[in-house]
Amino acid sequence: MLRGLRTLTWIEIKVFLREPLGAFGMIVIPVLVFVVVGRILGYRVSLPSLPANSFLRVGVPVLGSILITLSAVLSLVTIISIYREGGILKRLRATPLRPQTILTAHVLVKLLLTGVTLLLMLLAGKRYYPIGIHAPLVSFTIALLISTWSILSIGFLIASVVPTARFSQPIGALILYPMVGLSGLFVAVESLPPKLQIVARILPLTYAVSLLEGIWKGDGWSAHVRDVTALILGFIVCTALSAKVFRWE
Amino acid sequence: MAQEIPAGNSVIRVSELRKTYGSTLAVDNVSFEVKTGEIFGLIGPNGAGKTTTMECVEGLRTPDRGTVSVVGLDPRRDAHRLQERVGVQLQQAQLQKRIKVWEAVHLWSSLYRKKTADGEQLVEQLGLVEKRNTWFMDLSGGQKQRLFIVLALINDPEVVFLDELTTGLDPQARRAIWELVRGIRKRGKTVFLTTHLMEEAERLCDRVAIIEHGRIIDIDPPETLVQRHCPERTVVLSTDDPTAEERLRAIPRLEAITSTDSRLTIRGSGDDFVTDVIHCLSEYRIKVTDFRTVLPNLEDVFLKLTGHSIRD
Repeated sequence: MLRGLRTLTWIEIKVFLREPLGAFGMIVIPVLVFVVVGRILGYRVSLPSLPANSFLRVGVPVLGSILITLSAVLSLVTIISIYREGGILKRLRATPLRPQTILTAHVLVKLLLTGVTLLLMLLAGKRYYPIGIHAPLVSFTIALLISTWSILSIGFLIASVVPTARFSQPIGALILYPMVGLSGLFVAVESLPPKLQIVARILPLTYAVSLLEGIWKGDGWSAHVRDVTALILGFIVCTALSAKVFRWE
Repeated sequence: MAQEIPAGNSVIRVSELRKTYGSTLAVDNVSFEVKTGEIFGLIGPNGAGKTTTMECVEGLRTPDRGTVSVVGLDPRRDAHRLQERVGVQLQQAQLQKRIKVWEAVHLWSSLYRKKTADGEQLVEQLGLVEKRNTWFMDLSGGQKQRLFIVLALINDPEVVFLDELTTGLDPQARRAIWELVRGIRKRGKTVFLTTHLMEEAERLCDRVAIIEHGRIIDIDPPETLVQRHCPERTVVLSTDDPTAEERLRAIPRLEAITSTDSRLTIRGSGDDFVTDVIHCLSEYRIKVTDFRTVLPNLEDVFLKLTGHSIRD
């Protein structure tokens, strides 16, 4: 069904790494920022001084992960709209290649690169961040993959309809970043005004944050069935919608 | 699955095709057939409806009305099966900027269900061997077009669609591409192309359809069209003989003579007209220092049929 997926994914990885700012912007810069911030904070903050569940202890790693995910999503939106505007999608349409194959290939590329970035951060973090944070890294990685996959599908929905490459980045940012504010990361969802609470409950990012925070703190998966279900549901809805509204040109 | 279509039968049938964009009528009541093994050209100025027609045939656009069949398939309903059997080169298509030539060829050959043509061999035939490792963005216009031809041929298609293949290329690259297209026909493929270059149509196409304002005005081999619509012949000669003009006026089916200095331009019609001029010259022993004939071409046909030049 997904004929050509392996070749397309491999080629897209190579094409991305050849971009002047590709690997640098996506991998090196986040890791560097992380290391620098980690160093500054690391001297001042020692672990015992952090109250349990403080923002620095749980919020920062989750926020970092979410921001990296969002930048991956924005980059996906931009790439797809550039491909559409340049006629690359149109050319691919005249082949047996299906839109879902193109989608999957790009999602795989972003997941892989996001994974590499986070892995490097974790390795750097072990060295520079306040020692002694014992987060369940494997579970957290899985939780992050599920979250990223789900948020990427929103990105693809945006990418399916945004008319030009020039608008894709701002429109994507306008849709995605407010989600962070409502996600419960800074203000608990329960303390939002009732109307905003409803909005927050619809946004997949809220569930991603809840899942990531929980797993980071050491919750078991059973405590987050609702989050995982919501994220998968979000993925299915967005993917189905984008397959319907996908525009080749 | 791939039923053989005997030579001479129609591989593409288009009947009463109509397509509008909003309130603009792009293609109206267009009907034609393309026969197996021929190079068929859709010619007309920019905006005449060439690309719209071709994209309806390829299945990239849905016509408002009319029927299209390609190798016996409906391009919309059987899109997936059709894509396996045709090759497409699109106007103004691009690839990823930093994809290498061999990667594009490799990707394309991984997309088809059936066994594909030998990509390496195609790359060699189209003179891209030295560019195998070059990024798409670093190729010249002609090289990009040659790569697109490789990609259009990668699935060993029965029908190849070429939309404005040589637009923007220099004359030398253009001639090289023409040779390649003739090569495609030699392999028994059918070629359906669009062009706004009359010379290209004349040199390449077995049959052409002239399209303007979304309607087909006439269809036939280029020489037939010229004979039908532009039977006139023109002879231009230089002579110092003062009696020449008067003698030449006696030629049957003569339409006009104009003279500037020692040069005479003689216009008439009919297949015998040029012979009659030569006879007249030799009969009266008129000495000429220059002699050439100007034959009408598709460009003139277009001018005659539409009242304006294709370049306007």
